[in-house]
Amino acid sequence: MQAFPKLSEAWEFGINLGKHDETLQSKDEALMLKINNLSVVVNNGEATILSGFNLDVPAGEVHAIMGPNGAGKSTLSYVLTGRDGYDVTEGSVTYRDENLLDMEPEERAVAGLFLSFQYPLEIPGVPTLTFLRTALNAQLRARGQEELSAPDFMKRARSVAKELRIKPDMLKRPLNVGFSGGEKKRMEIFQMLLLEPAFIVMDETDSGLDIDALRVVADGVNALRSPERGMLIITHYQRLLDYIVPNKVHVLAGGKIAVSGDADFARTLEADGYDTYAA
Amino acid sequence: MNADVKIKDSIDRGTVDSVRALEADRYKYGFDSDIDQEFAPKGLNADIVRFISEKKNEPEWLLGLRLQAYERWLEMEEPTWANTDYPEIDFQDMYYYASPVKKEGPKSLDEVDPDILAVYNRLGISLKEQEVLAGVQGAPKVAVDAVFDSVSVVTTFKKELAKQGVIFCSFSEAVQDHPDLVRRYMGSVVPMSDNYYATLNNAVFSDGSFVYIPPGVRCPMELSTYFRMNAQGTGQFERTLIIADKDSYVSYLEGCTAPMRDENQLHAAIVEIVALEGAEVKYSTVQNWWPGDSEGKGGVYNFVTKRADCRGANSKVSWTQVETGSAVTWKYPSCILRGDNSQGEFYSIAITNGCQQADTGTKMIHLGENTRSRIISKGISAGRSNQTYRGLVSSHKKARGARNFTQCDSLLIGDQCGAHTVPYVESNTASTQFEHEATTSRLSDDRLFYCRQRGLSEEDAVALLVNGFCREVLQELPMEFAVEAQNLVAISLEGSVG
Repeated sequence: MQAFPKLSEAWEFGINLGKHDETLQSKDEALMLKINNLSVVVNNGEATILSGFNLDVPAGEVHAIMGPNGAGKSTLSYVLTGRDGYDVTEGSVTYRDENLLDMEPEERAVAGLFLSFQYPLEIPGVPTLTFLRTALNAQLRARGQEELSAPDFMKRARSVAKELRIKPDMLKRPLNVGFSGGEKKRMEIFQMLLLEPAFIVMDETDSGLDIDALRVVADGVNALRSPERGMLIITHYQRLLDYIVPNKVHVLAGGKIAVSGDADFARTLEADGYDTYAA
Repeated sequence: MNADVKIKDSIDRGTVDSVRALEADRYKYGFDSDIDQEFAPKGLNADIVRFISEKKNEPEWLLGLRLQAYERWLEMEEPTWANTDYPEIDFQDMYYYASPVKKEGPKSLDEVDPDILAVYNRLGISLKEQEVLAGVQGAPKVAVDAVFDSVSVVTTFKKELAKQGVIFCSFSEAVQDHPDLVRRYMGSVVPMSDNYYATLNNAVFSDGSFVYIPPGVRCPMELSTYFRMNAQGTGQFERTLIIADKDSYVSYLEGCTAPMRDENQLHAAIVEIVALEGAEVKYSTVQNWWPGDSEGKGGVYNFVTKRADCRGANSKVSWTQVETGSAVTWKYPSCILRGDNSQGEFYSIAITNGCQQADTGTKMIHLGENTRSRIISKGISAGRSNQTYRGLVSSHKKARGARNFTQCDSLLIGDQCGAHTVPYVESNTASTQFEHEATTSRLSDDRLFYCRQRGLSEEDAVALLVNGFCREVLQELPMEFAVEAQNLVAISLEGSVG
């Protein structure tokens, strides 16, 4: 697995992962995620969701994907993370110079890819902290790094929870079981901050969040912005992008990026709707 | 014990000497008598029964009981109602007393099935212990871990127990030293001809544990079969009797997480528990006998009768079991709630993988007033295995105010296994309140993916989800077993997905 800066250190010292990776020299290599001419089918080929999809996300940038219902936004997140049932018929996805599509879901996670789920799963009987410590240590182990001891983990978990205004009680409960929609989303961000992934995909993280929760979540995400980290924010509404200002905004329609723009473009979209771009 | 016992590097001379000093105790505990040299020929008849009784130097009444059981057994038929399928057992083709032609043990670990060794390694068992467990020739005949590492524990343990008047010894020893107690309670919970296998056990039982807790005594530590150093095993027809006198308490642990190599295919044990007024008994089992090869050949048949009698008012018995081994399991640890306000509990995790078959559950028989029982059963089926929960909850006319809560959850992994739930509920009084909840679910692909997205391998994800599924029962296990049991859950399910 390709090495990347030890993110836990970054967490310790605040938000900025200022160290420059010297291996990233040419512009092309600085691309973290490169999706080239991707076609994806589901239901054993009965439906084509993405077709001729292209997207480049360089390290340090936040890109937003917007689009109407059913445009394939969630499909994109699942293809990137390796979920079964999404078959790539054409094209390639390169992540940090590696063929992402060849990797198992857990290998992608170890390589730093994180998905904040649109519908986080409930894990009955497994306390939130147990789940996260198991996951974090599995990742550290796979990267050949030292596992975090229980006290160290607890310390870190508590401080992150405090920042996200998550009550300590909640961390003892089975993950997401009986949590409200908003609590589940907040828990996704909690996991994200603990795991400190290198590339983040957020799928409709804003849905179900009230305005205060949205601010807390956005603060958490912004704290992770750094020159070495890439983010893909999938959202329906422009609202979230007021708080997490993207470098680029893309509209997904007709299975591909129909149009791209800057942060202001999202506001135009909000006013005009997607109809213009729908195929 | 072998004079030149090879010892683990980590153990110093003093420890070995302490173990040697315990030799006398070992004899007293009756697990290493001169049985090895003596054996009965294959097959079963009245003379064999007499031979066993004579070898054990048993009193006349016990021989009488064995013979009577044998006569009854001849007239009985093997039960066929269980949801299991195995070739007919030839009872005349077995040894009932010390197998004479012990199959040559492997000469070294190199000859042991690598699958078994992999499991030992996963459980963190040292090489020397592995030799013992795998029955390698020349390996010490004691469970190294249990004895060598806990000599001081054993010694303190025995002193402490004696001080409190607790009796904890082999069943054979109890027959010699405490015949009145044995005679009074043996067979009072599981009658002689209760069922086919119990009757057979009565005729030919080998050995087991005997526990007596005097009135008002809270047994200061968990009684574990580990401490009896019986690597040679109590044989296939184990017999255990636990008596908790008035207002006493005891927690008893049976079994071992490491899979034991065993030449005996049929195990037909009886465990009887008597709880007198105000007494509480907690009985925990981890059963991980050899389940056979990938085709299910050669595994152990575990046909055991376990029953508790909550004889006195306000008594309580809890059964907690983690069943992962054996090719075929037929087992229903039960509670007769005779005393008013008595309580029975059954917490069970049963995991079947490969070709394993398990028909297991419990019986809660409410006889006294305001008796309460609780059943939490978690069944996990994987591979091509087949599992049935079979449970009876009944109330007698006099059992006014009896209450039961049953929760029975099955989890399927893959699409070639089976899970069945067969509850029997019989209420003979209007004031009983019986609740039954049952769920069957498949290990969710969505949850698996969610775990893998967080960095867990598929197998670790399965283990985590299954441990979560079993959590209510795992929490009931004594600390000593809990962590091992969690690892065992993971190991038992290896290779069940993907």
